[in-house]
Amino acid sequence: MTEPLLVGTDLFKMYGTTPALRGSSLTVRAGEIVAVMGSSGSGKSTLLHCLAGIVRPDDGTVVYAGRQISAMSDVERSALRRRDFGFVFQFGQLVPELTCVENVALPLRLDGVRRKEAERRSREWLDRLEVGDVAGKLPGQISGGQGQRIAVARALVTEPKVVFADEPTGALDSLNGEKVMQLLGQAARDTGAAVVLVTHEPRVAAYADREVVVRDGASLDLERVA
Amino acid sequence: MSIGHSFLGLLEGRPRHGYDLKRAYDERFSPGRPLHHGQVYATLSRLLKNGLVVVDGLEPGEGPERKRYAVTDAGITDVQSWLSQPEKPEPYLQSVLYTKVVLALMTGRPADEILDVQRTEHLRLMREVTRRKTGGDLAEQLICDHALFHLEADLRWLELTAARLNELAARVRP
Repeated sequence: MTEPLLVGTDLFKMYGTTPALRGSSLTVRAGEIVAVMGSSGSGKSTLLHCLAGIVRPDDGTVVYAGRQISAMSDVERSALRRRDFGFVFQFGQLVPELTCVENVALPLRLDGVRRKEAERRSREWLDRLEVGDVAGKLPGQISGGQGQRIAVARALVTEPKVVFADEPTGALDSLNGEKVMQLLGQAARDTGAAVVLVTHEPRVAAYADREVVVRDGASLDLERVA
Repeated sequence: MSIGHSFLGLLEGRPRHGYDLKRAYDERFSPGRPLHHGQVYATLSRLLKNGLVVVDGLEPGEGPERKRYAVTDAGITDVQSWLSQPEKPEPYLQSVLYTKVVLALMTGRPADEILDVQRTEHLRLMREVTRRKTGGDLAEQLICDHALFHLEADLRWLELTAARLNELAARVRP
């Protein structure tokens, strides 16, 4: 078995007086797809945000590739998120003023890659996700399913080590959701990226290698218990 | 699954011999779970006896001659009648899982662990079916989807029941 790539241990997080995480832990190994499941308000998205360095936990540690994320400066964490992590959210969160290919190229451009090279690599990813034909369109001119595939391309264009996907099919119908999951899973396996997949849909979780359940802010690895 | 009706439908396209029928059935309707030869010939004997198929000819082969079967008008009427009748929806009102949960609560055992173990088993099977679906053609995908939607329904029931265990315990505990 490969070494752990990302390890969250005993994570606690309060929002005001409301506890979101109460001693949640999760280990992700290189190249594996882990589904994080749980009901609304269980803390699964907060867990993802802590693991990704978006939210700083009140207590506990997140270690990525041997380095403690919570000990990094904001600049270091931003660089880590840009280079090693990719993100897919429920509603794509594409920049409406940019074309699809410009949206995909954005993380590369922010990392200093020249426009021509960034767009060439972005077009490759658009073709891979079967949306090459909408490269020049604005997000408002494409369907929700296409938008999510653009978001997946944007998450993978930097060839990250970990992709964080928070309800990536939550706004899609069954058929489009399945397609997005197939493409995301295949692309992650091809590039060796690990995926932390937050979902409440069992059929989406079934694309993962294993499942972790978050209940009342604590995570349970049921498969290890069983 | 009505093998007889499926055979009649397959024979509507053209007459076939037994082995050809078995192969078509296995490919289209039961991938991974092929029919036994005994089932094929028992079904054909019954269809013959009921006048729903006839022997249309004999095909010479390397071994014994093979009978070729054709559907009769009565057979076409029979398959039409079968197709037009809705299947009885399964109400699943005798759930073993429900019984296990109630018994656990009544006897002071941890019902939540029963639900968790079952949840893990369901999701393990869902992953297996999803892998099979991902590598399959459209027919395989549709068969797998049917299984996945049913498994998902069970999982939703497990989640709902887990959320209502305290309420259920208060009602069933002596």
